[in-house]
Order: sequence, then C-alpha cells, then structure tokens
Amino acid sequence: MKLFKNILESVKPHFVDGGKLEKYYPVYDGFATFLFTPGHTSHSGAHVRDAIDLKRTMVTVIFAMVPALLFGMWNAGNLHYGALGLAETVGFWDKFLWGALKIVPMLIVSYGVGLGVEFIFCIIKKHQIQEGFLVSGMLIPLIMPIDIPLWMVAVSVVFAVVIGKEVFGGTGMNILNPALTARAFAFFAYPTYMSGDKVWINTSAAEGQSVVDGFSGATVLGSYATGGEVGYSTMDMFLGFIPGSIGETSTLAVLIGAAILLYTGIGSWRIMLSGLIGALAMGLIFNTFAEYAISPEQQSFMAVPAWQQLIMGGFAFGLVFMATDPVSAAQTDKGKIIYGFLVGFFAIMIRVFNPAYPEGIMLAILFMNVMAPLIDHYVVQGNINKRKKRLATVKAA
Amino acid sequence: MPEVIKIKKGVDIKLQGEAEKIYASTDAPSTYALKPSDFPGIRMKLKAREGDEVQAGDPIFYDKDRPEVTFGSPVSGEIAEVVRGEKRRILEVRILADQEIRYRDFKAADPAALGRDEVKGKILQAGMWPVVRQRPYNIIANPNRVPRDIWVSCFDSAPLAPDADFIVHGQEEEFKLGIKALMQLTDGKVHLGVDGRTNPSEAFKIDGTQLHRFNGPHPAGNPGVQIHAVAPINKGETIWTVGLQEVIMIGRLFKTGKYDAQKSIALAGAQVTKPRYYKLLNGANLKGILEGNVANQKNRYISGNVLTGTKISSEGYLSYYDNQVTVMPEGGEDEFFGWLAPGFNKFSISRAVFSWLSPNKRLNLDANMNGEERAFVVTGEYEKVFPFDIYPVQLLKSIMIKDIEAMENLGIYEVAEEDMALCEVVCTSKIPVQETLREGLDLMLNELGD
Repeated sequence: MKLFKNILESVKPHFVDGGKLEKYYPVYDGFATFLFTPGHTSHSGAHVRDAIDLKRTMVTVIFAMVPALLFGMWNAGNLHYGALGLAETVGFWDKFLWGALKIVPMLIVSYGVGLGVEFIFCIIKKHQIQEGFLVSGMLIPLIMPIDIPLWMVAVSVVFAVVIGKEVFGGTGMNILNPALTARAFAFFAYPTYMSGDKVWINTSAAEGQSVVDGFSGATVLGSYATGGEVGYSTMDMFLGFIPGSIGETSTLAVLIGAAILLYTGIGSWRIMLSGLIGALAMGLIFNTFAEYAISPEQQSFMAVPAWQQLIMGGFAFGLVFMATDPVSAAQTDKGKIIYGFLVGFFAIMIRVFNPAYPEGIMLAILFMNVMAPLIDHYVVQGNINKRKKRLATVKAA
Repeated sequence: MPEVIKIKKGVDIKLQGEAEKIYASTDAPSTYALKPSDFPGIRMKLKAREGDEVQAGDPIFYDKDRPEVTFGSPVSGEIAEVVRGEKRRILEVRILADQEIRYRDFKAADPAALGRDEVKGKILQAGMWPVVRQRPYNIIANPNRVPRDIWVSCFDSAPLAPDADFIVHGQEEEFKLGIKALMQLTDGKVHLGVDGRTNPSEAFKIDGTQLHRFNGPHPAGNPGVQIHAVAPINKGETIWTVGLQEVIMIGRLFKTGKYDAQKSIALAGAQVTKPRYYKLLNGANLKGILEGNVANQKNRYISGNVLTGTKISSEGYLSYYDNQVTVMPEGGEDEFFGWLAPGFNKFSISRAVFSWLSPNKRLNLDANMNGEERAFVVTGEYEKVFPFDIYPVQLLKSIMIKDIEAMENLGIYEVAEEDMALCEVVCTSKIPVQETLREGLDLMLNELGD
C-alpha cells in the first residue's frame, strides 16, 4: 500500500501542469483513483456523504455477472466436448479450463480495447476517466458466441464505445446500451459469425477426435424458428446446458446475479418485474392465438408455454443486466414500469414473429432505449399537468 | 389528536454523540456576530459602523431593497469589527458584548389585542423580522405580503438535532404568545407540525391553530415536507415559516418588549466529549463551549446539522437559524481500494456497502466525499429520500440549463435546500445538489421577484 502510494507520488510531477506528460493526466488520475479513493472532503452542502460511488456501483454489477461468466466457461467446454462425444470422459476442470482459455482472451481484448478508446477520449477531452466501461467490457464477451474471432470483438467494442457512447459525451450521456450496441454491430456486420447453428458450439476437433453423428449446434430458439427438433429439456434450459451466447444460457446463474442486483438496490426491480410480466403477457397472447399462425413452424413456436419463453435464449440475461442499465433505461419510476413491460413484450414478439432474428431481446432493448426518453417525457409531463391542475383549482376557488 | 400523516421516504442517519438532555453552564461569550451569508437573496447594507455603541435590538444591517427589514443586534455593546472578504463583501460583523446586556424597550403588548400592522411593525422594529422566512425561495419573508398560511415545524428530524419538547419546556407561555402574534399575520391558519412518533408536549396544542402529526424519517421535520404533505404551495402563493425557537423569541418580545435572542443549542457529534445543551444568544461565539470539550483531532466544526449546516472554525459563531452545533472528524485520508472495501462503518442507503449488516449502529462519519463527481448515472436513488411529488433529478437538470419555465413547472417553488439535502448525501455521482438548487432559486428570484 505504501509502495503504491510512493510510486504514485513519484510519477505525479510528470502528469500535473507543467510536467512532461501533462496531457496524460486523466490516465494518471484514472490509475490513482483506482488504487486510492481520494480523501477529498465535502466543501459545500451536506457534510456527510454516502459511501457509494460509481466505481462501487459498477463493481457490484460485475460481481453479479460472475456466476454467469463462470458457468459460461464451463458450458462452452462442456458443449465442445459434447459435440466430440467426449462429454462423459472429460472432467469438470478440463471443460472449465477449455472454456476459460477461449473466454479470458475475449475479456482481455474487450477491456483492453474499450479502456484504451476511453483513455484516448479522456485525454483529448481532458475529462476524468469514467467507470461506465467496466461493466460494458464484461458484458460484451458474455453476449457473443464462443467462436467469434477476437478482432471482431475488438472492432465491435470500438464501435460501441465511440459511436454508442463517446460521441454523446461519455458515461451517463449515451442513448443506447453500449454492450448491446457492440452486439448489434457484430450481428449486422458479421452475420455469419453471429447467427445460424454453426457458431454456438466450438467443434474444432484435435487429431483422433471427430464430431459425433447427428450433431446439431442449433440453439433452442433457432430450432423453434426453423421448426427443428428441440433436443433439450426445460431443466437443461433453466440450468443452462444449452448452446447460446457465452453468458446467457443459464437462467439460474442469471437469477443469482439478479438477486445480487436487487438486494443491493443497484438493479431496478421495477424494470425486471415489469419486463417479466410483459414477456409473460406476450407469451400468453401467443398461446391463445397459436392456432391462427401462418405456418406450422410459427404455430409450434407460438404454442411454447409462456413461462418457457423466459428461460430460453438471452431473455433473462438481457432483462437483468442490460435492460436495467440506468443510463439508457427510463429514468422515472413510472417510466421504468412501462419501459420494462415493453422490453419483455417486444422481446418475445420479435423472437417469435421474425425468424431472421431468433433472439428478440437485443432489438427489444435497443428499441426501448430509444423510446425511453419519450416515456419519461410523458411521465414528467403528467407530473407537470397535475401541478398545473392544482393551481387551476386553487384559482377557481 | 389529528391523525398521523405518514412520510414514507427519507432516511435517518444515525450518528454518534447525541446531546444529553442537560443544560451545561458556560460563561457568556464575549463576542457575537451577524453573518450576511445566513440570508441568501438579500442585499445587505450596514447601518452601524465600527466603534458604534448598540443596544440589543438596534439595527446592524438592513435590506437594501426593503429598508424596513433590519437585522437587530442580539446583544448590547460595541461594533468591534467588520470582517470583509473579496470585493469588500461583508462576511461578519462582530460585536463586543457588554457584561450586562442593555435591551432597547419595544414595549410589551398582547398580540391578540393588536392589529396585523402593529404586530408586524413591532417585530420589524425590534430587528427580528428575519426570523420569518417564506416559501418559495426560503428567504426572509416579504413583510408587504399576507401569506396563505404560516407554518411552524415543532420538531427537527435532522441527525443529532435538539429535542423540541426539551427546548420548549419552561417556555410554553412565550411559545403560545409567539403563535398568537403569528396568527395576526395571516388570513389563513397557523399550522403546527409535531412528531407523530412521540407524544408531543402539550405546549403545541393551541386553540385556533391547526395541528398536524407526522410520522417518518428525516426530512419529515422540515416545514417544506410538511407543507407539501398537507397543502402544497402553488405558483403565486406564499407561505411563511418560522422556527420553533424563533416563535419563542417573538413571544418574548411581546411579553417583555425586548429582543431576547436566547436559544437552546445542542452541542453534538462524535468528537464532542460531553454533548449537552447550552443556552446561548443568537450569533454567539462558540469558542467557550468548544474549547476543551472536543477530541484532539482534525475536526470539522459545523453550525447546524451535518446535512445543511455551515462549516465554521473552532472559534466561529453560531449562524442565525441554527439550533445545534455539530463536531465531527474531518477525515481526508486517501483510502486504498476504498471502492472495494466492505465499508462496515460507513453510511449508505445501498446494500452495496456492507453497513446494512448493522442497521442500528450509530456511526462516526467523517466529511469524506467517498468518490468523485460524475455525470448522473444511477437513477431512482434521490426518489428514495425525497418525499415530494416532484422529480428531483429533472428539476436539477432544468436548473443546470437555467430553464426557468421548466423549473417552475417541475415544482421549484415547493422546495428549499434542506429538503434536498439527503439527495445530495445519497448521490452516487456526488452532484452538488444544494448548491445547484440555491442557484436555481436565486435565478428565479432575480428574474421574477418574490
């Protein structure tokens, strides 16, 4: 601790005004405040302050994502060895290690590129480094398929940070969720790496290994959309032994994260609950009208029990970790309920009605991100009108 | 007894060092000060000069825009010093007090027998009018108006605040007389807000007034919160608010004809060796009660409470509207990976900090910001501690862009800094909420007048 303090003190003169590296002060400041929460005291207003800051908030969200990340590592290995027919013979740690070796580089690329871009912007704009990317950097690998090349991750991250966030003014100013912006970019720029039934399970076989007969790499949603056979039980879907983006498959792991977010009060229960209700509502509507479907595939998809929609694909992950992003979601309490409901509602609608996008949650959240300011506008306007009405009653009396 | 109005939102910050309900004796301080910074939105003119002899109640300042509003001296003595800051702005006027205070006689009278203008005139004449404040803007009331109602909050819910029942004990008659005087000033009612969590003193039950009971965490004791819960302020309306001890001062004026500025002050906070109550005159120098009575550390001295008080030196003066003095540790140490530390001994409304494991523990908080200022990111946290039907973040944003119409629409007339102080405390992004709100209120005041 003393050591770090000494190092910081010794390099500080280079970064302050007049130093050689004056321009790079934000970088110094970023590291210094990362190591030491600065001891500055309140100079105006309240004398005591809540112990929470943005770093603490962000790190809590990261902790909440850890179960999904760890499960994703094991699951990637499990599916890989399963495809090779070795699921029974390869041990737990080997599977986990295999997944970790694929996923850790993605995390490094995501954080390295993303923070690099942030640092550059902060140096240019002479801003302090803001913490927003700490969460995005973890989210991005978790919503990518296992086989996506690292350079695509890098390009998506650059796009997300620059176009999704920095052009609007940085953390707190963005309209779209940066992680989903990265995914949407990759989805439309490199569709063959982001969809279909080849990308979710790594099938690279070493010497002497081969892919088992009758193997299918299709996701549950993919199977429903194309009318294929679904080879997974609902328990598999809930626990997450299914193909999909790295972090999204296990509803259980997501629920652990949700519990952390809700208990700490960092994730909005309004968005999560109303999102759940919205999805169930759409699911029930589909169940009711399944017989009017235009094709047999659609009919079988519409007939999927509403509750089962919740544990398939990325719905749970998106709702818990991305729909609740406070910056891009609705900001008023009432607005959050409307926003969450519509996220759930549209996610299931897109998923079922549009086979080109087997996963609807990404587009549903992005769409509602755009709509959130409008929702807030009407909620706040309602409050204003109430006040005006009160004034009118007083004047009349 | 009226039914209890529940205030659901808010939070009580439990701090160490609550004042014991005993009056400690102290030598009368030798100097007193009036600080123009206690009165936002007022352009002060000095009436007395250095070296002048004054009696208690003689004007020291007056309001440049309304010369009839004067600021009376709390003691008799000599104007010792006018302390000025940048651009010769007056920071303090210090008065060297006589041993025996000589009071200017404003004639005792029964307020019930006087007319509105006579009551008002007497308070103005005694230099006591600044004790009456108005909403909107939370500034000294415009004496030329007749307010819709007058509001007296008879309890203080802020951390370590003095106990209202204890203060009013023995001064019931003066309190009643003060309320009688206020009743002459409005066509509406005088409303009294009492703590619904306790069995409040009989002193607060006065015929002709409207009693309300409030049950809830801070800021339930703020008049702004109480007014909002009962009958919110609309555009164009004015409500006057007077503090409990200020009502007693007005009562004394009518009883004895003197401006007797005595107050009961709670000296509290974790750094105070013997937290007790003191009887002091307004504006008193605090050196006497602080010296030898505080921990020997880097302390922060606050006139007022930890949410809204003013930072003073260990030899500073009591501010005009304050009923307590708080001493807490200053802090100021960098914390190694502070954002990752469990934070058992820190305050937070979020469970991301582990002080929720011991919710009833009294904390010893320092003045650390616990983080750096950021843009608004987290939403919904102000709403947890802001018991108004107002969107606080949207209101602050409208102030930041100086949009007067939006400020008005979003309800700026109903709030004062103290009402939003908890928003500032809980803010993840460390936004200076009270300062921002004051800027907004001052802007409205300049553009629209009171």
